[in-house]
Amino acid sequence: MTITVRQAGIQTTVQDLGRPGWQHVGVPVGGAMDLVAHRIANLLVGNPDDAAGLECTLGGVALQFMAPALVAVAGRHVTASLDGVAIPAWQPFRVEGGALLVVHTGCRTCIAIAGGIDVPTVLDARGTSLRAGFGGFHGRALRRDDILPLGAPSSLGKRMVSRLVTQGRMIADWGAGPGLRPSYAMCPTVRIIEGPALRGLTDASRERVLHGSFRIAPESDRMGFRLQGHTLELTAPLEMLSAGVTIGTIQLPPGGTPIVLMADRQTTGGYPRLGEVIAYDLPLLAQLRPGDEVRFELVALDVAHTLYRQREHDIARARHAVQLRCAATDRDAR
Amino acid sequence: MLPHTVIPLGDRALTIDFPELDGRAPRDVIRSLDARLLASAHPAITGRVPGIGTLTLHYEPLLTSYEALVRFIHETLASLVVTPAAATDPVRIPVCYGGECGPDLDEVAATHRITAADVIAMHAAGIYTVAMIGFLPGFPYLEGLDAALHTPRRASPRTAVPAGSVGIGGGSTGIYPCTSPGGWHLIGRTPRALFAPTRQQPALLQPGDRGQFVPITPEQLRQQMEPQ
Repeated sequence: MTITVRQAGIQTTVQDLGRPGWQHVGVPVGGAMDLVAHRIANLLVGNPDDAAGLECTLGGVALQFMAPALVAVAGRHVTASLDGVAIPAWQPFRVEGGALLVVHTGCRTCIAIAGGIDVPTVLDARGTSLRAGFGGFHGRALRRDDILPLGAPSSLGKRMVSRLVTQGRMIADWGAGPGLRPSYAMCPTVRIIEGPALRGLTDASRERVLHGSFRIAPESDRMGFRLQGHTLELTAPLEMLSAGVTIGTIQLPPGGTPIVLMADRQTTGGYPRLGEVIAYDLPLLAQLRPGDEVRFELVALDVAHTLYRQREHDIARARHAVQLRCAATDRDAR
Repeated sequence: MLPHTVIPLGDRALTIDFPELDGRAPRDVIRSLDARLLASAHPAITGRVPGIGTLTLHYEPLLTSYEALVRFIHETLASLVVTPAAATDPVRIPVCYGGECGPDLDEVAATHRITAADVIAMHAAGIYTVAMIGFLPGFPYLEGLDAALHTPRRASPRTAVPAGSVGIGGGSTGIYPCTSPGGWHLIGRTPRALFAPTRQQPALLQPGDRGQFVPITPEQLRQQMEPQ
C-alpha cells in the first residue's frame, strides 16, 4: 500500500511526536508543529499518537492513493477535496484506490492515514529532521513522484472502515468536535511562563511584550518564528551562556527582534530568554501564517499545568469514545 | 548541598543553574548529576540537556508536578557524589589542518602574530573536554583551548561549512557534524563522522568526554574519511 505524491506543495514532511530523548547529543526534537492536530488526526483513523503522518505547509498538496485507505486531515483553515469533492477536516473519510486527495489551503495541515506512513524508525521516531537530513522520507521534504509506504491499519482502523462501508458512507458522520480542537484565531493571545530576561527589558519594551501585538515575519519556518512589530531593548546587556531551550522559548537576539523557537529548534541557545509559550497554546502559534499576529499574556505555571492535564484528559476521553463507538458497531453487526 | 537554583523553562522543562562552585568544576557536578538522573530512570524525565553551568531537564507534567520534580532534584543533589571525569584516554580526533580543510588557519595565525605551524602545534597539544553538545546533532563545544588561540567569531558567517570542519569560536573548539551555516574560524577537517544516526552510539563525543586532536595529512584525510 502506497501513496504517490503528485504535488508536494511548499514544504510537506513526514512527522510524528519527535525525538525528545536525544537532546543531550544535540538532536532537535522536531515532530509535528501542531501536535494536537497531529494526535487528533491519528485518533480519527484508529492510529496510536506516535504514528507518522504528513504535515503540509500552506497548501497545494496532491496525494494519490494506490489502494483504499482511511484518512483524516486536521489543522486551521483547511480546505481539501477528494477527486474534486470537498471533504471536511476533523472527520475520518474513506479513500478508494486511485483517488486524489488535494489540500488546497491551510496553515500546518496534518494528514493521518490509517496504519501511518511506514518509514524506518531513526533514533526512536519516524519524523523528518530536515536540518540534519535524517528520519522521515530520506531525511528531506517530499517531492513530486515520491512514493510513500503505508503501514497496516490497526484493528480499530479496520473496524472504522467496515462501519463506513456498511453505512454506505465515504465520510464519517462523526469527528472531533470544536471542544476538542484548539481554538485557532488569526490574532490569538498565547500564554507564556515568564523567563529570566523579561525583567531585564526596559519598561517600554516589557509593556510591548505584554500588551502589544507582534506579526509573524515571512522568514519564519519550522525552526522558529521571527516576531515583527517592536524592537525590544534590555536595560543592560545580559551575559548568557548556552543552555537548553524548548519549543515556545522566546529568545531575544542582539538586534532586538524576538524569535519564538518552534519544532525544529536547536537543543541549546545562548540568547536572553523572555519566556516560554505554554504547551496548551502552542497549536495556536504553530498554525499562524506570515503576516498573522499574536499577543502574549503571562500565566502561572500551575495554571499551565491544569490546562495541559485537562487537554490530555479530553484527548484520552475522545480516544475512549472512538473505541466504544466501534465496539458498539461490532455488537450491532452480530 | 551544592549551591544551585532551579527555574522553569516553560511548562514542560526546567533548568538547574550552578554558579561557580569553589574547587569543583560545575562541569563535573553537571556530569555527575546527569549520570545519576539518567540512572534513576525517573519516568517523568523525557530529555536532558547539559549546558555550560546548567542542566536542563524536559519532563511530562502528567507524571509529576513541578514541585515534586524539584524535590527529587534536591534529594538527588543532597546525596550526589561528584566525581572527576573518568581518567580514560581522550578520544583521538585526527585533523588535517590548513589548506582547503582549514581556510581560516592563516587568519587565526595572523590575528595572534604567530605562524600557522604554531597554531597547529598549540591546538593539537591540548586535552579538551566536551562542555556540551548543541547547535547541531553531535556538535561538541570543546573547552580547553590555549588562551593564546582564543579568536572571536567571523564577522560574517559562512553559508555552508563542510561536514567535519574544525573551528574556533571564542574560547571553544567545535566540529561541524554536517554541512551547515557557521561563523567559526575553520582551521582543519576531521575524517571522523561526528554524528551517525544509525550508529549504536550516534554521537562520537558525549558531554563530559575528553578529546585530543592529532594532525594528519590530506592523504590520510582521504584514506580515513568516514561517511558523513
